[in-house]
Amino acid sequence: MAVTAQRKLDARALRADFPIFEQLIHGKPLAYLDSANSSQKPRQVIDAMSEFYETSYANVHRAVHVLGERATAGLEGARDKVAAFLNAPESREVIFVRNATEGLNLVAYAWGLSNLGPGDAVVVTELEHHSVFVPFQYIARRQGAEFVMLPLDEHDEVDWSGLDEVAATYNVKAVATNLVSNSLGTIADLAPIVRWAHDQGAIVVCDAAQAAPHLRVDVQALGVDFLAISGHKMCAPSGIGALWGRAELLEKMEPFLLGGHMISSVRYEKTTWGELPHKFEAGTSPIVEAVGLGAAVDYLEAAGLDLIEAHEHELAAYALTRLAEVPGITLYGPPADRRAGVVSFNLEGIHPHDVAQILDRYGVAIRAGHHCCQPLMHHLGVPATNRASFYLYTIPEEIDQLVDGLHGVQEVFA
Amino acid sequence: MSEFDQMYREVILDHYKNPRGHGTLDDADAEADGQNPLCGDEVSIYVAFGEDGETIDEVKFSGRGCAISQAATSMLTEMVAGRTASEVASLDKEELLEEIGIPLTPVRLKCALLGLTTLKVALHKAKGTPLPEGLAGFDELELT
Repeated sequence: MAVTAQRKLDARALRADFPIFEQLIHGKPLAYLDSANSSQKPRQVIDAMSEFYETSYANVHRAVHVLGERATAGLEGARDKVAAFLNAPESREVIFVRNATEGLNLVAYAWGLSNLGPGDAVVVTELEHHSVFVPFQYIARRQGAEFVMLPLDEHDEVDWSGLDEVAATYNVKAVATNLVSNSLGTIADLAPIVRWAHDQGAIVVCDAAQAAPHLRVDVQALGVDFLAISGHKMCAPSGIGALWGRAELLEKMEPFLLGGHMISSVRYEKTTWGELPHKFEAGTSPIVEAVGLGAAVDYLEAAGLDLIEAHEHELAAYALTRLAEVPGITLYGPPADRRAGVVSFNLEGIHPHDVAQILDRYGVAIRAGHHCCQPLMHHLGVPATNRASFYLYTIPEEIDQLVDGLHGVQEVFA
Repeated sequence: MSEFDQMYREVILDHYKNPRGHGTLDDADAEADGQNPLCGDEVSIYVAFGEDGETIDEVKFSGRGCAISQAATSMLTEMVAGRTASEVASLDKEELLEEIGIPLTPVRLKCALLGLTTLKVALHKAKGTPLPEGLAGFDELELT
């Protein structure tokens, strides 16, 4: 008889893949609730990188020897994996960068310098990470274009209603926004925004650094024009990320970084650019980091993005319930079903730095600070928040450990 | 006593909960705003000089920050009262750290020194003396 069992993520089994948990912190099990800051790495990724160094390492694209071929296959194989992961129409639309920040800078510079001028506007929201906010603020103003920030409403949700008013005054050329807020965990519904932007002839630039680790990101379904991810938040090493962009836009753009590898020919009179994606990959690539990103994509696909997302909703719901028991706590952000595994909060009268410092003694790692979202902190009226964030290896006991630790924090400040 | 217990020892918590010199001065002779870009903590410092225009009569501070930064700034207001502006403008940070008397990680060191750095900027601005290296631009937070 066929049994339709609800498949669930086995976080405990996955956790065994992560060597970092094989230690005690201050004599306590590690409760790593800082994955939105950076995720831990599974043995499969670490091994893939070590093995590549031991058997296949050389520079890519130029060596004719066998190691050069293996290395090139490793790098390009990783590109194919990332393209499939994002459902990109073509692998050449995937550009390896250091992180989402670099990908967003690439768009701000290489697209913005040729497409923005007086009378134009770039729209962002008050919920953006500085990696979206600052590059577009800088490039827009440098080009004499308007930089417009849509505010959050009283529920800390983006109020998109001002878009038409912006379009009445300016020629909106780009909307740049996150898919998942790194601070509040809010999952954005970008479909109406993409439709609106495309009706205006504007592009949509999507910061998916906090989305790609936690839910299925499909660039074709989203309909955006550029999308940036960071490897380190999704089980891959630091120093590697990817920018996906529509080929027709990337082809028309000037390069961002210039130098080796990105050229077609170099003469004193004139230099011509290489084909995609090479035009945007000057210098030797982070080869082994890219291989690590490919291994991380394999790992996440094997675990199942839909299961990861469901697991995080469950943890977020559990955390919101447990944290609500803590006296004097303020919780920020949307209901559990509309948030990825991120919970920001404050304890009355106790600064997040002090909370995080004391929690560390309980073996609990959280982030305390402005999360590179100072406009959001300004909106919330606080200098900083505590943020606990979850991933596929997070188990409910870690949330219990957090809650116990918070009671300890309150004892110190009682 | 463990390092942890020391960091939140009674004197720190006392200064945090009952900060000395908390408030503002309407007719301050020297003032400056400081910010720790790592954590978004903010402090504003106000100084009143005595009749000689040199002795620090009173220091007040406002702002928001962690226990370490608030307690350190509170201690600082007591420590510098009655001393001269030029002396405090070049105060060795070790003197304050000794007074705080707790082990600090590099991140928390920045918290502990936010008030002192801001006070030094206020004094240099009031006296028209150049800011020491490393403090240049400290007080110019406007976006360009």
